[in-house]
Amino acid sequence: MSTTTKSAKIDRLAELTARNETASGASLWVEAFRRLRRSKMALIGAAIMAVFVVLAIVGPWIAPYSPTAQTWRDEVFVNRGEFVGPRGDNWLGLDHLGRDLFSRLLVGTRQTLLVGVVSTVLAFVVGAVIGGVSGAALAFGGRVGRQIDTVLMRLIDMMLALPSLLLAVSIAAVLGQSLTTVMIAVGVAQIPIFARLLRGSMLAQAGADYVLAARSLGVRRRRIVLAHVLPNSLGPLIVQSTLALATAIIEAAALSYLGLGNPDASQPEWGVMLAQAQRFFDQEPMMAVYPALGIIITSLGFTLLGEAMREALDPRLRS
Amino acid sequence: MSLLELDDVKVHFPVKRGVLFDRTVGHVYAVDGVSLSVEAGQTYGLVGESGCGKTTLGRAVLRLTDITSGRVVFDGTDLAALPDEEMRRTRHRLQMVFQDPLGSLNPRQNIESILAEGMAAHGIGANREERRERIVEILRRVGLPAGALSRYPHEFSGGQRQRIGIARAIVLEPDLIICDEPVSALDVSIQAQVLNLLEELQDALGLTYLVIAHDLAVVRHISDRIGVMYLGSLVEEAPSDALYAEPRHPYTRALMSAVPVPDPEVEDNRERILLRGDLPSPANPPAGCRFHTRCPWRQPERCDTERPALTDLGDGHRVACHYAAEIADGTVQPIRDLAPPVLRDVPGVPAQAGGGEEPVPAAS
Ligand SMILES: Nc1ncnc2c1ncn2[C@@H]1O[C@H](COP(=O)(O)OP(=O)(O)OP(=O)(O)O)[C@@H](O)[C@H]1O
Ligand code: SF4
Ligand SMILES: [Mg+2]
Repeated sequence: MSTTTKSAKIDRLAELTARNETASGASLWVEAFRRLRRSKMALIGAAIMAVFVVLAIVGPWIAPYSPTAQTWRDEVFVNRGEFVGPRGDNWLGLDHLGRDLFSRLLVGTRQTLLVGVVSTVLAFVVGAVIGGVSGAALAFGGRVGRQIDTVLMRLIDMMLALPSLLLAVSIAAVLGQSLTTVMIAVGVAQIPIFARLLRGSMLAQAGADYVLAARSLGVRRRRIVLAHVLPNSLGPLIVQSTLALATAIIEAAALSYLGLGNPDASQPEWGVMLAQAQRFFDQEPMMAVYPALGIIITSLGFTLLGEAMREALDPRLRS
Repeated sequence: MSLLELDDVKVHFPVKRGVLFDRTVGHVYAVDGVSLSVEAGQTYGLVGESGCGKTTLGRAVLRLTDITSGRVVFDGTDLAALPDEEMRRTRHRLQMVFQDPLGSLNPRQNIESILAEGMAAHGIGANREERRERIVEILRRVGLPAGALSRYPHEFSGGQRQRIGIARAIVLEPDLIICDEPVSALDVSIQAQVLNLLEELQDALGLTYLVIAHDLAVVRHISDRIGVMYLGSLVEEAPSDALYAEPRHPYTRALMSAVPVPDPEVEDNRERILLRGDLPSPANPPAGCRFHTRCPWRQPERCDTERPALTDLGDGHRVACHYAAEIADGTVQPIRDLAPPVLRDVPGVPAQAGGGEEPVPAAS
């Protein structure tokens, strides 16, 4: 997809959701929630998300063993291709260092969620600042505002033109390996979507009658942006966050897989686990399958919920 | 002197096209040279079909849309020349009531916050309590319960929402209120109530109104003067009674003939004029008289080439038609094959639309 169609699509989404929002006022959210409750997609997504979040919180306490203790290291011989599969004591078997896979998977939930949430929050905040400045400048800043918007949007479109994984890889390569790097790299890659979304949404709101009314009342520009336009423009971003979280989890795993992930071995994380298991894929494929399944199911859950929310807010976007 | 004077006001929107760079490929002549004046304490009714530029004109007066040329003089000051901050401080004197009552209220604000916002912006009322006192008083005036304060726009009916919009305007004690189709979104049964409220408030507060409508019936009773707009310009303007007694412009006559008369005998016998064709696009208005593509009285050459100016025919009755006098005394007759015939003295024959002709929309 070319950048222009990509950004045009984001703009259209912003405009549609924004327009729909004011059309029926606050009741839109009530109605969207009602539609959401009837949607199987949303229910499945929400259920997966709930399980994931609960496990992320309680995982370390309910894990049967320490995720880092190499308790059974005498039983695994990588050189001779001797691995240990599922058994009574270790439900999912052992990893290449003789650690309990099930415990590692459980404890790794937290780290995985952390990477997803932190990078999404980063993308949301920075994207919202850029998009908000851009939208406000274009809608209320006159000629200078138009120029500010043009500069910012060129930047955003350039970022949008790069595939987000490529962007993340470049950032990770520059910053060096660490957990923070992963979060920054994955987050930055998602900034442009949030920025364009908020800008589009704000532009749609800026033309609404209630904003004209505020202007004709003599309300100051700053208050119009902060009290009227912005709060009514955030809806689409909240929906986007759910989708971004899914992408973030996958991209963090991809970075780990490419050897750009968190080098700290004391905290298991699904992406790192997957990357390590890759070396032994021929002998013990299941070692890779478990974290991969975890990543797929959780990101599927977030995606289902996000898409359902988007649809509930604007049924016209289906397809 | 008039409270509000428009002098040859034009609002042209550029039409942009282009992949990389926006090129201006033309203009929408939304408002194209309107001059009118509104006297203090009076009501000026502005009427015209959908898309003729009424809303744009209203917004241009309030500087919500930039004007391309011309002057908007309010109480002696040219608003277009005011610096931004001074304009903002003048805004409490000119207010607007919107066509879409719900869309013009922020769904996230409760009624108190909606009404207090303008007061705060202009430093009316020292504190929250003072403002609330005044808001309660205004709510009572527009017929809303004091309990409305903490409720949100979606909890009200259409008529109540429009009352909130009216309250928001009068709480600033304005001199002039522009009402942009204030009742067209409301049920017919509620329309009269809201119009009555507007009249009551005018008497009590000495307000001046510019009321916009697409329907002559709406402005008939409340207006002192009426202007009829067609494709961005005024085609006729007269004191309300004079306009109804004797519409001079062919377009006004057509509009008027679409308004039903309560008396059945008069209703059956009255003149009905059906206009052929659609409203031309304001991006590409016809040359000469803007109305010539649809005018049953159109005369060769002059109507197609020369644009008639709005000229005073006496008693403040202004008409923009080359042949207004001749049409009135019957020397110029409607051309029957160009437009459907004018039906006169044909009892019991209902207006029929056939062969691509359509009645003048009374409501659009
Ligand atoms: N911002 C804009 N950019 C370009 N064209 C515009 C803009 N606003 C209005 N127009 C065009 O100007 C013309 C007049 O519009 P306007 O809304 O003033 O008409 P109106 O008389 O109020 O109609 P209605 O009865 O439908 O409200 C229309 O053709 C409209 O499409
Ligand atoms: S000037 Fe000609 S076309 Fe225009 S209204 Fe008069 S008669 Fe009709
Ligand atoms: Mg309008």
